[in-house]
Amino acid sequence: MNAPLRVRALADTAATVAPAGGALMSVSIAIAGSGGAGAMTTGTMLLDAAGQAGWYGYMTRSSGAQIRGGEVAAMIRLSTVPVESHDDHYHVLVAIDWQNVDRFAAELSLSDTSLLIGDPDTGEVPAALRAMRPREHSIRLGVMAEAVEGGRPNMVALGMIAGIIGLPADALFRVVYKTLGKKGEAAVRSSRDAIEKGLSLARDVPAVPHLPTVADSQRDSWSITGNEAAGLGAICGGVRFVAAYPITPGTEILEWLAPALAAVGGVLVQAEDELASINQVIGASYAGVPSLTATSGPGLSLMTESIGLAVAAEVPIVVIDVMRGGPSTGIPVKSEQSDLNIALHGLHGDAPHLVVAPMSVRDCLFTTQWAVHLAEALQTPCIVLSDQSLGQTRSVIPRPADVAFIAKRDTAGPVMDGSYQRYAVTASGISPMALPGTPGGQYTADGLEHNASGTPSSESANHATQLDKRQRKLDQFNFGTHWAEVEGDGEVAVITWGSSTGPSREAVSRLKARGIDARLVAMRLLSPAQPDRLRTALAGVRRVVVVEQSHSRQFYRMLRAFYDLPDTRSYAQPGPLPIPPGAIVDMLLNWK
Amino acid sequence: MDTQTIPTQRRTAADYKSALRPVWCPGCGDYGVLTSLLKAFAELNLEPENIALVSGIGCSSRMPAYTRAYGFHGVHGRALAIASGVKLARPDLTVVATGGDGDGFSIGGNHFLHACRRNIDMTYVVMDNQVYGMTKGQASPTTDDDWEGSKLTPEGTGITPFSPLSIALASGANFIARCLSRDINRTANTIVEAIQHPGFSFVQILSPCITYHPEHQKEWRDLVEGTPFAPTQDPVAAASTLMSDSGFTLGVLYQGQRTPYAPATTGRATVSSLQEKFLL
Repeated sequence: MNAPLRVRALADTAATVAPAGGALMSVSIAIAGSGGAGAMTTGTMLLDAAGQAGWYGYMTRSSGAQIRGGEVAAMIRLSTVPVESHDDHYHVLVAIDWQNVDRFAAELSLSDTSLLIGDPDTGEVPAALRAMRPREHSIRLGVMAEAVEGGRPNMVALGMIAGIIGLPADALFRVVYKTLGKKGEAAVRSSRDAIEKGLSLARDVPAVPHLPTVADSQRDSWSITGNEAAGLGAICGGVRFVAAYPITPGTEILEWLAPALAAVGGVLVQAEDELASINQVIGASYAGVPSLTATSGPGLSLMTESIGLAVAAEVPIVVIDVMRGGPSTGIPVKSEQSDLNIALHGLHGDAPHLVVAPMSVRDCLFTTQWAVHLAEALQTPCIVLSDQSLGQTRSVIPRPADVAFIAKRDTAGPVMDGSYQRYAVTASGISPMALPGTPGGQYTADGLEHNASGTPSSESANHATQLDKRQRKLDQFNFGTHWAEVEGDGEVAVITWGSSTGPSREAVSRLKARGIDARLVAMRLLSPAQPDRLRTALAGVRRVVVVEQSHSRQFYRMLRAFYDLPDTRSYAQPGPLPIPPGAIVDMLLNWK
Repeated sequence: MDTQTIPTQRRTAADYKSALRPVWCPGCGDYGVLTSLLKAFAELNLEPENIALVSGIGCSSRMPAYTRAYGFHGVHGRALAIASGVKLARPDLTVVATGGDGDGFSIGGNHFLHACRRNIDMTYVVMDNQVYGMTKGQASPTTDDDWEGSKLTPEGTGITPFSPLSIALASGANFIARCLSRDINRTANTIVEAIQHPGFSFVQILSPCITYHPEHQKEWRDLVEGTPFAPTQDPVAAASTLMSDSGFTLGVLYQGQRTPYAPATTGRATVSSLQEKFLL
């Protein structure tokens, strides 16, 4: 199994063409500072300006444990093509001040080509950062800002960053007007002057990768977070009832939905707890309105009993879990893919249901919309596994294509001869659902095992028949091509899911740049398993790396349980650190 | 489930009754509540298909399937949450939640508080027998502290019982009443009033468990006060009445005037107008 992989002839030249040894030309910038220093504002304006310039971008944030304020880091990657993950290292780290920035050392990976820029008047360069041996450059941001009336150090930093990465100044000024215009002419002028000061400093800064200007900068880009995209996907799919209980990092889905849902004629209600929100959603869907709730791991744990009710009573619902570090309260503000087990296996009894996962910020829209469609079509719960790194990441993306998936439930019309059976045994397993108000369709939805009419029954025959029926709905359904994104060919493959798709896709493209053909299989449908489809996707593959962000290799174990795989190894790391694409490349190159 | 064309004339209780035979023990108070409920539906002449009857788990929670309404027999303690979702999604339906004291006041206690607070236009009928019947005789939140009839708490619970009416009033319920299950016509009339009253209506029905707390059957007949509550719209007067409540005064205690919960919804925007907001 250790035969060398076939490498195309241009292998070694390709690697030197693109910066940072990758196929993707990008620049990664981290901006850090203490509370009030404006690091996040700087990052947000930089991302917006990049979008104005026709670039694409991706911005995550990291903050201390404080409820409000405190040190924060904006971590940004910009490119002329869409980006879905962070690079292995940052090219530039700008500290608006040095207070507590060392707390982010583990998240701000630097190399000896990185450039560390800071203001010496605000303290010493933290040892943990210096230990990564970056190049260093000092700029007295504070002093520069004082030279401008009303000037702030972060705006000087913003101008300087724009200058060194080649971001056109006019894009930056458009964002200044957009962001600060309502604060008045003076605020705009101060920021503009401070930014110009920064731009003028840029030529003295040691070189970092810079991006080319884009001719057609007026393209149809969106600035959106994964949580907003999930909310939009819900509405596009036809959801018109949402029950909400706040929990980090899922809350923004609910907060975005509250006005949006009302605007399109839907209803959002804040429930007293997750037990209430899941049951309100079940009640609303039973009454005929496509319904959804969003939560995070602890909330999903509370909801599992009632998700089982929705399986047994065959009520379509969608539950979005924006995963965070676990177990228990874990790390609420940071990402991990460790709720896969509970999503797949958390329900008591034999409870077939759907589990899907978006694989990028942009895909949060498609996958949530698809989830609504699947739940409604199959009259069963669908759990959507997003995570903090998708949900709270703001991304500049190409405008997503409109998708045709909408809620389409098989409902029963009036039946006046007494023959209606809610749980009628059908070939597809799907039985027409009578909605309240339909004459003659009256039945009692029940979590008790029941016969075809819905009458409670503990008889083995009814149990077997109804278990088969509920399983059959999932087994017989044609999930089409959306079960996974399968890209590339070759003898090695990376199988992954969710937010690990970004770094995995990049690893595959870096391998290609080195002349190694590799495949990416990013699974969107996690339950029910699709063994025949994966077998086809892996035809001819000799080596597989399974990539995930979980300590106990939950995804690897799932694949082992449900799929036949060739020589397979696991690349699993717990959250919250993002998976570096280079580590996946190394694992495949150094396969022994 | 058998259904038949409802003739245009006034419906009777029988028109709301399903063919299913209850699982209840002979003599159970819940039979009386079922009859009262069916009579109330007939009195209001509701279309059976426009009623949603929602319950949790327990003996009394088996109620929905014994009617010809749309029913939902959910999980333990969550009847009010499901009923809230039904009513918010479909304000056109008449929504009634039913259940027992364990379901409503113990495992579902938090939902009870917040359903009273939220004041959605629906009715909650609790059959209170002061015992868990389905699990064969354990103390519930309304059980007397010295009741030694349970193997789980052989010395009694030693805990002061829950006061459903006081808690409903304090939490903001908009209509509060107490009935006795054997008092079928008066209970039916009270349920009619409760359904007609806007907002969240709560009806506690003393409904004895013949099997696990049989002494109630006789005791309650003796304990029931001759004089019913004097209905009031004043929460202070209702609270004052409850300060000296024996737990056996019947009738309508409180008819509140709060506006039922109505979620904000405008419904004028298009989905594409939401999409446009993300454009750079």
